[in-house]
Amino acid sequence: MSGLVSAVTFLPAAGALLLLLVPRRRAGALRGGALLVALATLALSLPLFLGFDGDAAGYQFEEARRWMPTLGVTYHVGIDGISVLLVLLTTFLTPLVLASAWRSIEDRVKEFVVTMLILETGMLGVFVSLDLFLFYVFWEAMLIPMYFIIGVWGGADRIYAAVKFVLYTMVGSVLMLVAILALYFQHGAATGAYTFDVPTLARWTVAPGLGQNLMFLAFALAFAIKVPLFPFHTWLPDAHVEAPTPGSVILAGVLLKMGTYGFLRFNLPFFPDASLRFGPLVFALALIGIVYGAWVCTVQADIKKLVAYSSVSHLGFVMLGIFTLTPQGLVGGLIQMVNHGLSTGALFLMVGMLYERRHTRLIADFGGLWKVIPAFSALFLVVTLSSLGLPGLNGFVGEFLILVGAFQVSAWLAAVATTGIIFAAVYMLWMYQRVIFGEVTREENRGLRDLTPREWAILVPVVVLIVWIGVYPTAFTGKTEASVEALLAQVQEKAALRAP
Amino acid sequence: MSEAAFPPVALGPLLPTLIVLGAAGLVLLVDLLPRRGGRDHLAALALVGVVAALLAVIWRAAASGWAGAGRAFLDMIVLDGFAMFATIVICYAAALVILLSVDYLRRTGAESGEYYALVLFATAGMMLLAIAADLIVVFLALELMSLSLYVLAGLFKRELVSGEASMKYFLLGAFASSLMLYGIALVYGATGATNLDRIAAAAGRGYDPLLAIGLGLLLVGFGFKTSAVPFHMWAPDVYQGAPTSVTALIATGSKAAAFAALIRVLVVALPSARADWTALLWAVAVVTMTLGNVVAIAQSNFKRMLAYSSIAHVGYMLVGLVAGGAPGAGAVLFYLLAYTFTTAGTFGVITLCTRAGEEAVEVGDYAGLGRRHPVLAATLGLFLLSLVGIPPLAGFVGKFYLFGAAVRAGFVWLAVIGVLNSAVAAYYYLRVLVYMYMREPEGAAAAWAPSFAGGLALAIALAGVVLLGVVPAPFADLAQAAVEPLLR
Repeated sequence: MSGLVSAVTFLPAAGALLLLLVPRRRAGALRGGALLVALATLALSLPLFLGFDGDAAGYQFEEARRWMPTLGVTYHVGIDGISVLLVLLTTFLTPLVLASAWRSIEDRVKEFVVTMLILETGMLGVFVSLDLFLFYVFWEAMLIPMYFIIGVWGGADRIYAAVKFVLYTMVGSVLMLVAILALYFQHGAATGAYTFDVPTLARWTVAPGLGQNLMFLAFALAFAIKVPLFPFHTWLPDAHVEAPTPGSVILAGVLLKMGTYGFLRFNLPFFPDASLRFGPLVFALALIGIVYGAWVCTVQADIKKLVAYSSVSHLGFVMLGIFTLTPQGLVGGLIQMVNHGLSTGALFLMVGMLYERRHTRLIADFGGLWKVIPAFSALFLVVTLSSLGLPGLNGFVGEFLILVGAFQVSAWLAAVATTGIIFAAVYMLWMYQRVIFGEVTREENRGLRDLTPREWAILVPVVVLIVWIGVYPTAFTGKTEASVEALLAQVQEKAALRAP
Repeated sequence: MSEAAFPPVALGPLLPTLIVLGAAGLVLLVDLLPRRGGRDHLAALALVGVVAALLAVIWRAAASGWAGAGRAFLDMIVLDGFAMFATIVICYAAALVILLSVDYLRRTGAESGEYYALVLFATAGMMLLAIAADLIVVFLALELMSLSLYVLAGLFKRELVSGEASMKYFLLGAFASSLMLYGIALVYGATGATNLDRIAAAAGRGYDPLLAIGLGLLLVGFGFKTSAVPFHMWAPDVYQGAPTSVTALIATGSKAAAFAALIRVLVVALPSARADWTALLWAVAVVTMTLGNVVAIAQSNFKRMLAYSSIAHVGYMLVGLVAGGAPGAGAVLFYLLAYTFTTAGTFGVITLCTRAGEEAVEVGDYAGLGRRHPVLAATLGLFLLSLVGIPPLAGFVGKFYLFGAAVRAGFVWLAVIGVLNSAVAAYYYLRVLVYMYMREPEGAAAAWAPSFAGGLALAIALAGVVLLGVVPAPFADLAQAAVEPLLR
């Protein structure tokens, strides 16, 4: 069905424009309207997933229209096994986030819901664009709504965090712009066809050497900052901690995936030789991120900060999986992107729920919550275990596949990465123990309210998916495998062509 | 007795300029008639003149085609596609400025008939600059434009900063003009011609130090007019001190006109010296963007910040000139159009904002604007994001074409410096957004002075910024087609 991808992508923005007409004093109508738009987008995106043929490697639901013909810019969108899960993750998380903001965002509700919906269009656009110009438009445009969400509705240091977030990302992405232009002109000069079309460019390769390496690095910098790969992660703790709960969920759940997605979609097929050459460097940085992120987590006193740093560790795993260039590693990386979006998203949501009740996020301020709010504690346990990779839940599937991939490259790689899993168990369980178990240490905690129906409605879908992916991952990995195999074959073929 | 040969007078190519000059004369005449009340009728008259000139250009483009060229006065004047494009940009700039001036001048008590006449004279100078194909005409047009702007900058007679702006602008401008005149004289000495085509023919014969020095002095003159580093010193004081509507005209129209003339002189008359001026402009472009952006970070006055930002934007446009060829020059033309809408809109918002009865010129004055005047704040926000170069707005596409031309011509490092500069620039533009949306005002909040004409100007500018960002192709293609005849 043609037009579906565009409809899914632009429905949130269209809804945002409609909501602009609603008077700002009608906060309830604004919240409800936005939630309705996000749910409609989710419903509209389900056929993309259900109708997606997992055995076909190419792009599906493709649309291509002329946009700037003299430049070779087209409006070209479509999805394949690499983007399909991320599109669904985005449409799945956005309604949850809007529901979670029902009580916590009281100020400037109209601006908030409009910004959130525009952000959703930006994120979806990044994942479905098959034209580099179009991709860059969404990639940059999406920064601005996130900037506002952190800067307007964030915590005490929100302005610093918002500006830092934008400037960091901007520096990386402008260099990518130059690399995009260089790629465009080199491809045009070599083939006579000046185009920004991603599939066309992916079939061609820049001559290996300095030029390809520099372009790889320019793309890689933009994506590494977004991931964030150590040592480009310093914006992340600020942004995650200062952002309001909905912002943190979207940041961790979707935005970070744009970086890893970029590596898969652009770096590997465009620059295969450089990808092989810089593999060891990426491994080193990913391992440092895994171990360093985990260590830093163990000493955090603030739950939100702990969850933020755990992202550095988890995303290190994803990067490791991608650059093993093995089918298991790539599929594991892809499924781990979704897992991280679900479990870390849920952790941020639940930290937000605690914060709404107690207006603190310090581990020391809690303790013994099991006795007060058992339902919350039970769901929190599931999410915590999912995050640390307990078999039977989703996190295990991704980490296991990544380790299988890493083992094929080098046993040492897998060995060091495994310590990250051990540390994850340490910091997550220790945090859980201090917050949930033991005696109730603070009088204020005695009167806490357990989950409200709205909160149940937010958390249950996430938990269902966490268990579903854990028990029957094939439903999801099956969609990705053909595309992953095709991508790897492309990389190996192109790189092997020039191997002596 | 043989009759004296009298050159055929073809006023067609001059028609748009003459319309504006005629309107200026009419404004002066009508101003003499006794009439109570304001000067709105003069503004309307001036606007009609500019719009008529705009329509005349468009009509001519439609009738004779974009590639055709009308010549007059022994080839001293050429109205070709390039000139038409530049003239359209200038007309838009002038029309927006006139619309913005109506209520702004009434509020500041500076309403006068000569204001509109001077704006029209300056506009006529700019249009003449765009069609000048002879160094003498270039000089005359520059003087017509500059002298009008010097007076306009000092319009607020009771304010010290306005007088200072006018004086500084005049002294430095006169200095630049004289250097430029000297340059013209040297070029004439080297080539025996002031006509651009004939200079090109003569200059192609070989290297002449006289010509090189003349070219250098010409570039100094243009550097002053476009406020390229190191000839930018006047810009911050003039931008800050001049009435905001005049600042808008200086930032948009005069820059577009000076750039049009600069491109024509370099590309038509001095292609033989291309290696020389490319190397020179490479360095000037880097220094101009970097200094403009870095110093802008430290500014707390909004107009002064925009002055440094406009210096940086001149640096970006010089990148296009360095890249050269149709892609480079076409990118500059497109950028001028995009920049005109964006900058006129930004200054337009300033003319509409007051705080405690004063003009809101400090960045801090805009604290809380997003809460109190969401539409106005969103409009300013979009203009600023276009200046940063966030897609899908005009500024992004403009930069895309400029840096694309640079990469294509092999100036990859220049493009890298350019894009890094635009990342630096994000910091100070976003600072305004921080004030508008993330801070609360201390004391009185900024308010917006309702103005129908001003609102209309903002709407036009905003439509331009969005349209050029979303469907840039037709306009960019026109810009490319406009420069191609120059490069034959």
